[in-house]
Parts: sequence; structure tokens; C-alpha cells
Amino acid sequence: MPVERVEGVQLGKTPEEVEEEVRRGVLLTSLDKAVGWARKQSMWPATFGLACCAIEMMSTGAGKYDLSRWGMELFRASPRQADLMIVAGRVSQKMAPVLRRIYDQMPEPKWVISMGVCASAGGMFTNYAIVQGVDTIVPVDVYVPGCPPKPEMLMHGILTLQQKVRTEGTFK
Amino acid sequence: MSVAIELPELADRIRARCPDTLVARGEVTAIVDRDALLDTLAWLRDELDLGFLSSVTATDRPDGDPRYWVVYEMRSIEGYHRARVKVGLTDADARLPSVTPMFPTANWHERETFDFYGIVFEGHPDLTRILLPDDWEGHPLRKTEALGGVNTRYHGAFIPPVDTRTTT
Amino acid sequence: MQDIPTDQLPRDASGEIRQETMIINMGPQHPSTHGVLRLLLELDGETVVTCKPIIGYLHTGIEKNTEYRTWAQGITYVTRADYLSPFFNELGYCLAVERLLGIESPPRAQVLRVMFNELNRISSHLVWLATGGLELGAVSIMLYGFREREVVLDIFEAVTGLRMNHNYIRIGGVIMDVNEEGEQKIRAFLDEMPKRIDDYETILNENPIWRERNMGVGKLSAADALALGVTGPMLRAAGVAADLRKDAPYCGYETYDFDVPVREEADAYARYVIRLAEMRESMKIVAQCLARLEEPGPVMVEDPKVAWPAKLKVMDDGIGNDPEYLRHIMEESMESLIHHFKLVTQGIEVPEGEVYQAVESPRGELGFYVVSDGGHRPYRVKIRDPSFVNLQATPKMVEGYLIADAIAAIASLDPVMGGVDR
Repeated sequence: MPVERVEGVQLGKTPEEVEEEVRRGVLLTSLDKAVGWARKQSMWPATFGLACCAIEMMSTGAGKYDLSRWGMELFRASPRQADLMIVAGRVSQKMAPVLRRIYDQMPEPKWVISMGVCASAGGMFTNYAIVQGVDTIVPVDVYVPGCPPKPEMLMHGILTLQQKVRTEGTFK
Repeated sequence: MSVAIELPELADRIRARCPDTLVARGEVTAIVDRDALLDTLAWLRDELDLGFLSSVTATDRPDGDPRYWVVYEMRSIEGYHRARVKVGLTDADARLPSVTPMFPTANWHERETFDFYGIVFEGHPDLTRILLPDDWEGHPLRKTEALGGVNTRYHGAFIPPVDTRTTT
Repeated sequence: MQDIPTDQLPRDASGEIRQETMIINMGPQHPSTHGVLRLLLELDGETVVTCKPIIGYLHTGIEKNTEYRTWAQGITYVTRADYLSPFFNELGYCLAVERLLGIESPPRAQVLRVMFNELNRISSHLVWLATGGLELGAVSIMLYGFREREVVLDIFEAVTGLRMNHNYIRIGGVIMDVNEEGEQKIRAFLDEMPKRIDDYETILNENPIWRERNMGVGKLSAADALALGVTGPMLRAAGVAADLRKDAPYCGYETYDFDVPVREEADAYARYVIRLAEMRESMKIVAQCLARLEEPGPVMVEDPKVAWPAKLKVMDDGIGNDPEYLRHIMEESMESLIHHFKLVTQGIEVPEGEVYQAVESPRGELGFYVVSDGGHRPYRVKIRDPSFVNLQATPKMVEGYLIADAIAAIASLDPVMGGVDR
């Protein structure tokens, strides 16, 4: 018999429907985990190095602090092929539209790490020229403070992001 | 092949041409009028081998008269000696002949000075903003402009001043 | 898709096949332009017809910000302008302020300043080599360059506490003396580095690809360079032996024994050779500095109105305090406490005047025009950055050549956009 369905409230399900939902739930949770694991394993960063933090990002990708251990050493120049944007450095007012454009050109799913205090909050440059925090332009997932952050700090930020991605749950 | 000119002799020779010359902290500064600027720079290049223009910049003294001081740093490559030339400009008439035809290096320096202070260089091949966005309003390095964080007038964005951002 | 037969191609009035140039944009986000540089290129096939560099994407307002902070805080701003050579920025600013104050830093501080400047020159040239190699396709050079740079950054971290943007050179001297660990690391570095530079030369000097891409590329004659205000390795590659360390010595450079490499060909390959030779010369200077550091001495001027109040050094717990001094101001002397308080919050007072101080940074003449009106804050700090002026030479070097040569030419220019835009 037809049951009134109100948004978000389960009223009177048939046992078959309940079973179907449980099965679907279990399958989706496993699928979530698998997809989350796959996504975090193979993130490709987009080159968005701006200032001093960019040099530390390059150092993180170089031999001593190796980003290759997580498969991330290949910085994609084209945003169409990237899924992580590490905003490394101070974002000036002139660069802000470019930043937004690159972010829009990245396909879903995408994440943003804001590296350094200048990208996170404007840093020491509390003036007319610097955007006071890149989260006024793009949604940020992880903030890494420091001026510039040591490569180990950036790696901690990346691992935090990977944890977030792994447990994000895409199919709920 | 020229030889370095020592500071006292350099100061005397420049003072003979530009009476308003002072020597302080090991440097010679000649203050000239706007109309005499190009001739003075040409004379410095030809007679004293000061043919390398290091930098062009300006200082803003809003309470002073003249308000803007445009500063040219000259240097000799062969025999090392330096001199500075300053021109004073009032607020109402902040225009100056451009030295880019004589010294091509001044091109970007003058664009930056225009960008920061609003001083117009007549005869410049391309006097547009160089460091700030093209549609920025105002000239930020003037002392009368705030440090920022008040209506940064770019695309209508508003970021509050630093001292109002915290609640404590 | 079929080919259009030649007799059907559009023709202009005189009967020639019509050709148009293409205007494309390179940057500001691009892996091969050194940072956020935007080039507006008009291309005829692969040849560059006109090139217009557009800058300002990293404009930070450093000069305006220094007017709102104390003299000592100015060092932290200025050091981030040209972020690959922070010691040079600090040195130029501090020398300018010291000239305004009329003081000179003690000899040991000068030796330390020279030593760290030369180490910074090496690390800056290593980044140039790494990124230049990466842009031309020599990816292993990037890894080698950054590997050596890590050794230098370890030295910086052991002595100053930071890998970049150190805030180490202060008005009146340097903030702390070099410690045992730092000296050992420098010695180890000096032992190992000559072999590494030999390695780079073995890989690159006779490499046909490197030679093809760099020889004859990005030519800039001496007359053009002088007219455009270009200094540094670009000018020395054109045959003009201009180096501020020899022409107008500061910090005792006249007492050190080193050469200034000069070449005649004025192309990208000559600049490469010069920068490698400069790295070797810098190591010579660092060795001489180490020898002079055997004699102890103060590293900050004695004047209590100028010197940073505490003598900092890294203690066993890793924190850089001075317990003697803390005990003195907290328990013994009220005046010292007041003086300390005023000096740290208000800052020093610098007499009125203006000064232009130039140092030889890895990219050329780095000048500081500092104006004071007698107060606790700078009135005007203008940074004459070498990359800003050198970048004006880009159209001259690039127009009329292939676009791939444009990349090599700009790489040989070694611009750092933080300095260009400030």
C-alpha cells in the first residue's frame, strides 16, 4: 500500500525495502572505503607555487623529503589533470582571479591545501595588496601554518588531508 | 676608460653646475628644477661618466612643499662613483619629463613610480600600471592612503582593517 | 578533414598567402616561467614577434608595510622580497640603516655577514641551476641541485634557526654567533661541494643538448645591457667586469681574495659557466671567513641604544634565551627592564637623512634607498631589485627567436618574482 514518504523520515518500510537498504549501505560503505583509499593514494598536485613557500614545496618534492613516496611527485602543469591544489605563497589581489580560475578548471573531486600563513590568513602582510586568507576565494581543506613551513610540516598537512580523503565518504 | 672621481672633487664639480648640492653620509645629492632635469642628467653622463641609472623612485611628504621628491640614482660603471639627483614636485602639478629616451632602463622604474604615487612622466612610451591590477583606484604608497584593509577597492571586496578583526 | 589545395588558400591584395600572427598568453601559472610571470607573446609559427612581460602578480606592498613598523621589524619584511637571497636583502637594509645611524658593526659580525652571504649565493645559484635544468628538461639536475641546497639550508638552520627568511643580520651586527655544529657543517660542506660542482660540469658542459639549447640563445650585448640597467651575471657574461664586491666594497670585501668570472659571448651558456664559477669563488671566500672566525669577538655593536638587548644563543633545551640577561632585568635593575621594554616595543631611533646602499646579490645590484625622518619607523624604504630591472631586457633577448629559446633565455636571466613585484 502506498506509504507517505516525508523527506528524511522513514515511515513504514516493507521488510524487503529495509533489507535492500542494509545491503546497499554495506556495499556503499565498502565502496566508500575503497574509493577513499584510491583517491588518497594517487593525488596529483597542480603547480601553484607563488613565493617562498613554493621553494619549500619544491624541496618537499625533491630528493631529501620525497613526495614520491605517496605518488605525488608529479606536479601537473595543467589543472585539468590535477586534483590537489597547494596554494604555496602570498596571493596578491592581481593573482586572485587567476587562482579562482585555476580552481574552477580542476575537475571534481578536488582539494585545496593552503600552505603558509600568507595563504592561510594574509601572513605578516596586512595591507592593500595581499588577499587576507585564500579561503575567501576557494574552499580550503587543510591549513598549514609557517613562514615558510618546513617540508616536514607540509608533509604532515598532506597526510592530514589524505586521512580526511580516506574517511570522507562520497556516496552517502 | 675613466677613473673614479673622489667625493670632494665630485661634489665641487656638481656644485659648480647645480648650486643646490649637498654632501651627507658619503653621498652627493643635487636638487634641480623640473626643467633642468634632462640637461643635468645628460651633463652628468657626458662629463662625469655617470651613465648608469640605478633607480628612479619618489618620496611623499604630504606636509611639505614640494610634496613629492622624485629621486634618480646615477652610477658610473667604469670608475665607481655615485650621485643622486632630486626633483621636487607639488601636488597640483605632479608631472615630469620622462628620461626613458635617454636611459631605457627608466621605463619600468617610471611606471612603478606612477603606479605608486600618481606622478605622470611625459613622453613615456607606455605609462600604465605595472605592479597593481590595471583597474585599481588610487596610488597606494602616498602617505594619505591607508595601509589597507579598508575597502580594498578592487572588485568591491571588503576586508576589514587589522585592528577591528579581533574581538579582544 | 581534407587539405585545402594551395590555390584555394586565402590571399591578400598582392597575391601572397595571408598569414596572421597568433597572440598567446604564457603564465602567470605556468611551470616554465620562473614563478608568476606572465608573457604576452605574439607568435608567427614558432618565432616570437613581440614579447611583453606583465608583472605584478606577486605584489606584496612590502615597501608600504615597512613604513608602519619599527626599524628592526623592517628586516623581516625586506628579507622576503627576493626570497632566494634573504641574507642579501637583510644586509643591504641593515647597512643602509647603519650608515644613517653612523655606526659600524664589529669585525666578527662583518665576517659572519660575508660568510652567510656567500653561502646564500651558492644556494641561490643552486636553485637557478635546478629550475633552469628542469625547464630545459634535465630533471636529474633539479634533484641534484636541491640535494646540495638541503646541505646549505641545514647549515642555515643550525645557526639561525630557519631555513629561509632568516632575520639573522640585524642593525648593528648579527643576532647570534655561529656555534660548533654550524662550523662543523660548513667545513663538511666545503669538503664535499667541489666534487659536486665537478659532477654538474661533467653532466652539462659537453652535453650536446645543453649546448644546443644554451649556446647562442638569449644574447644581450654589453651596450644593450648597460642601457637597460642590467647587472650581475648577465652583464658579466657580456664582457663588462662590474661587481660591487670589487667596485665599491662593503663589509670588508676588499680584504678577501677572490676572482670575478667574466665571459665574452653574452649568451645563456656563458651565464651558466659564470654562475658555476661564482659558486667556486664563493666557497673560497667562505673558507677564508672560517679562518678568520678563529678569533673571538662581539657580534653586535656595544651601543645600548641600538643593539638588540639580549645576547641570544641556542641553549640545551633548544630555546634561544639568555638566562643571565633575564635574571638581570627581572631581578637586578629596573632601568634595564625599562630600557629593554622601550627598545623592543618602540624600537631604535634613527637620525634624519637618506641613503642609498647597494650590495651585489646573485642577480645583480640590489639597492636600498632608505629615508628617515628621525623617528622610530622608516619613512621610505625603496628596494632597487635586480630582477625587476633585468626582466626589462626580456623583449630584447627573446624577440625574433623561437619560443623554446625564450624559455632558455628567461631561465638564464634568473628572475625571482618576489623581488620583481615586492
